[in-house]
Amino acid sequence: MGRRAKNKQAPPESLDPKPEWTSKKRLGKRKAEADDIDEKPSPRPSKKVRDLNGKGKETTKMDRSSSKKEGKKQPKVVEDGWEDVEEGGDLKTHAKSLFDDDEDDELEGDLDALAFDEVDDDLLQGPPQEFDFDSDDDDVPPPVSLKSKKSKQAERPRKIIPTLSDASSSVEDEDEDDEPVTMDNMAQRSRKLEAQAAAEAEIDLEEAQADAQLAEDEEDDVDMDADEDNNGDMDVEPFHLPTASEIEQEKATGGPDIQLVQRRMRECVRVLAKFNRRAEKGRSRSEYVDQIVADIASYYGYNEFLAEKLFLLFPVHEAIEFFESNEAPRPVTIRTNTLKTRRRDLAQGLVNRGVNLEPIGKWTNVGLQVFESNVPIGATPEYLAGHYMLQAASSFLPVIALAPQPNERVLDMASAPGGKTTHMAALMQNTGVIFANDANKTRTKSLTANVHRLGCKNVVVCSYDGREFPKVMGGFDRVLLDAPCSGTGVISKDPSVKVNKSDRDFTLLSHLQKQLILCAIDSVNPESKTGGYMVYSTCSVTVEENEAVVDYALKKRPNVKLMDTGLEFGVEGFTKYRGKTFNPSVKLTRRFYPHVHNMDGFFVAKFKVEKRSKALAVAREKEAVEEPVLVDEEFMTDVIPTIPAFKGFDAEEDRPYLEEAKRKRMKAKGLRPPPRSKAAPPSANVVEAEA
Amino acid sequence: MRPLTEDESKAVFTKLANYIGKNLVHLIDRPDESYCFRLQKDRVYYVSESSMRLGISVARPNLVSLGTCFGKFSKSGKFKLHITALDYVAQYAKYKIWIKPNGEMPFLYGNHVVKAHLGRITEDTPEHQGVVVFSMNDIPLGFGVTARSTVDTRKLDPTAIIVFHQADVGEYLRDEDTLF
Repeated sequence: MGRRAKNKQAPPESLDPKPEWTSKKRLGKRKAEADDIDEKPSPRPSKKVRDLNGKGKETTKMDRSSSKKEGKKQPKVVEDGWEDVEEGGDLKTHAKSLFDDDEDDELEGDLDALAFDEVDDDLLQGPPQEFDFDSDDDDVPPPVSLKSKKSKQAERPRKIIPTLSDASSSVEDEDEDDEPVTMDNMAQRSRKLEAQAAAEAEIDLEEAQADAQLAEDEEDDVDMDADEDNNGDMDVEPFHLPTASEIEQEKATGGPDIQLVQRRMRECVRVLAKFNRRAEKGRSRSEYVDQIVADIASYYGYNEFLAEKLFLLFPVHEAIEFFESNEAPRPVTIRTNTLKTRRRDLAQGLVNRGVNLEPIGKWTNVGLQVFESNVPIGATPEYLAGHYMLQAASSFLPVIALAPQPNERVLDMASAPGGKTTHMAALMQNTGVIFANDANKTRTKSLTANVHRLGCKNVVVCSYDGREFPKVMGGFDRVLLDAPCSGTGVISKDPSVKVNKSDRDFTLLSHLQKQLILCAIDSVNPESKTGGYMVYSTCSVTVEENEAVVDYALKKRPNVKLMDTGLEFGVEGFTKYRGKTFNPSVKLTRRFYPHVHNMDGFFVAKFKVEKRSKALAVAREKEAVEEPVLVDEEFMTDVIPTIPAFKGFDAEEDRPYLEEAKRKRMKAKGLRPPPRSKAAPPSANVVEAEA
Repeated sequence: MRPLTEDESKAVFTKLANYIGKNLVHLIDRPDESYCFRLQKDRVYYVSESSMRLGISVARPNLVSLGTCFGKFSKSGKFKLHITALDYVAQYAKYKIWIKPNGEMPFLYGNHVVKAHLGRITEDTPEHQGVVVFSMNDIPLGFGVTARSTVDTRKLDPTAIIVFHQADVGEYLRDEDTLF
């Protein structure tokens, strides 16, 4: 309050550069007027200002780093002109989008307008607009866009990944990266990174072309190419992969120093990218892989098991990006509670409290990303009144995929702390019934608190083991199973995962997940007119918790099939992984990665549950074909020769047992076996005849 | 889960009537769907008939909450209204008080409302009347009991208490463990 009063006394002098502490709202208004006049048509000018700042920073970096800290707390005195300009330029971009949200009150779909705005000034976007929908939909994003994404989001030095641009990284780049990331400079930094990204993308393009050229050359003349390679990429002595004995020695002397490990990782990535050409003679690929996994484990502090597991999920350079992004925190995001307020009103209210925010992206119309805040975002009066929920962007996804409709009966199997449950209630507009279950009784307290705080009146909270579910109650129109998981997607939130997960944990978890997914499917009412859907999600990226579980469910329940999740971005699920082949429809599932989408690692699969009878007919046909082959082969070839005194099978006598076994098998697969009366008569007849 | 007994309903309704007066009938006769009060482990829940019927399938030890929790019965049989009932109480409140932005946080930390923070108040509010506390932009923050009638507050000095705190939304954070 005091701040604002002070501001009123000293009105800003001119339209351009403002120190950051000027009231954002007022600035926004003025800014907007200016924008309307000259900036709207082309967002370029503001970008120019920023570029200029970037250059200016280089010259005054000393001043900046010293003034930065003071400027953060009490920026009363602006120490140098550059600071001033730079903050102004920064604000310009913020204020622009904020203003659109705030001031155009009469504008009907102003959020749409906002989205439109974002498209307009593509280059000005901060981290939340990183989603590049078009390229994400494609299976393989083009190298240029991938590159730009990486540089946008990476906050730590990206030294590991060997690129031309990194090799020639400017002085500015280096000292920028050394500076700690603070709430204050984050947005501005991300913008700067973007500008770099554009430049890098160009360089990349050139590089790619050069590479293509190189590849052509390679076909012509191998020797010359190797020569070129050496000249082009290596300005230092050639990389030597340490042998086993050298590693032993290293360990004995107390482990390698961090610089060495870093360099070794970089070199391994480089070699593995073009193994044939760059590898040392006589060393196998697996040696390089082992070395880089060991180095990753020691550099980022993982246990070797997990490091390898995660490393194998990605191509080499992407894996490094993944590990890098696990070190940086994800953006703070909130979800508007549409039961109590609208996003525009909420944004305005929070801006008045000194919170700096922007819509997350155009894929959701309830999400807001918080850049910085003067007040604790989890204790504002708006929060307590239930106008929003602190929720990671990734946990919007399963609810969007589930798309619950009003007046349905929905089950959330593992619901605490209630972010997704309350989101569902908001989508259903407090009609129908939601059963929010969580096995952990202490966690249901926060669940209940959130449900009440957000004013969800259609929720029944219960505490069962999820595996009991179809017995407690079935017939749900939609079921959400956000399964308990290892949390390998949220390492940035909970780094303890790095060391405390072992092989056994993954086995146990995927076993539990398989049980839960079957229970979830069985709880769905396939006859539902509006629904019949089940969504499975985890905040893990490993295959055995995701695709393997989905594939298992498809095998076990012939009456379900995978659906498109309805999420317009995300990476397709694996259909093949290290020798395992999954059902081809598994590619309809979606994966989300921290280094690609700047949200937690996540997995979403959507199932449609159909009536059993139909599936049964299909399954029966299949079985009819398979059955005789199975019996004949096994028994005639294996069993009979091994038992010399065997008199042969009495088919008549065996039939009831075979029938019974068949029924059991069908039951285990979740099929309804034909009524016994139908199957029984022939067998009964046989028994009678024998008796 | 069971319906309230005669005595229990009387306790609940008198408490509610202190805040919403005759609007109490709107809770019972709703145009959309019939709602009912149910008691589950000393908590009173206000829940739609259809939710309640489905909720019956959940065993008593496993049922944590359903619909909206209105409050709880103390061991001595008194009924205490909880902050979770605020949505309904605020909707039908007869007497309201608005507090200034600088009074929001003190109230949300569980303090009484002093006169200095008073923004607006319903005319002719009597003494010891249940009132709902709003922020100036009409967000319900909690409820309490007036210390003085509207007329008497005029004469008070700025630090005098005008509303005794009973419940506020800050309890969602402060008392999460005991509230549910």
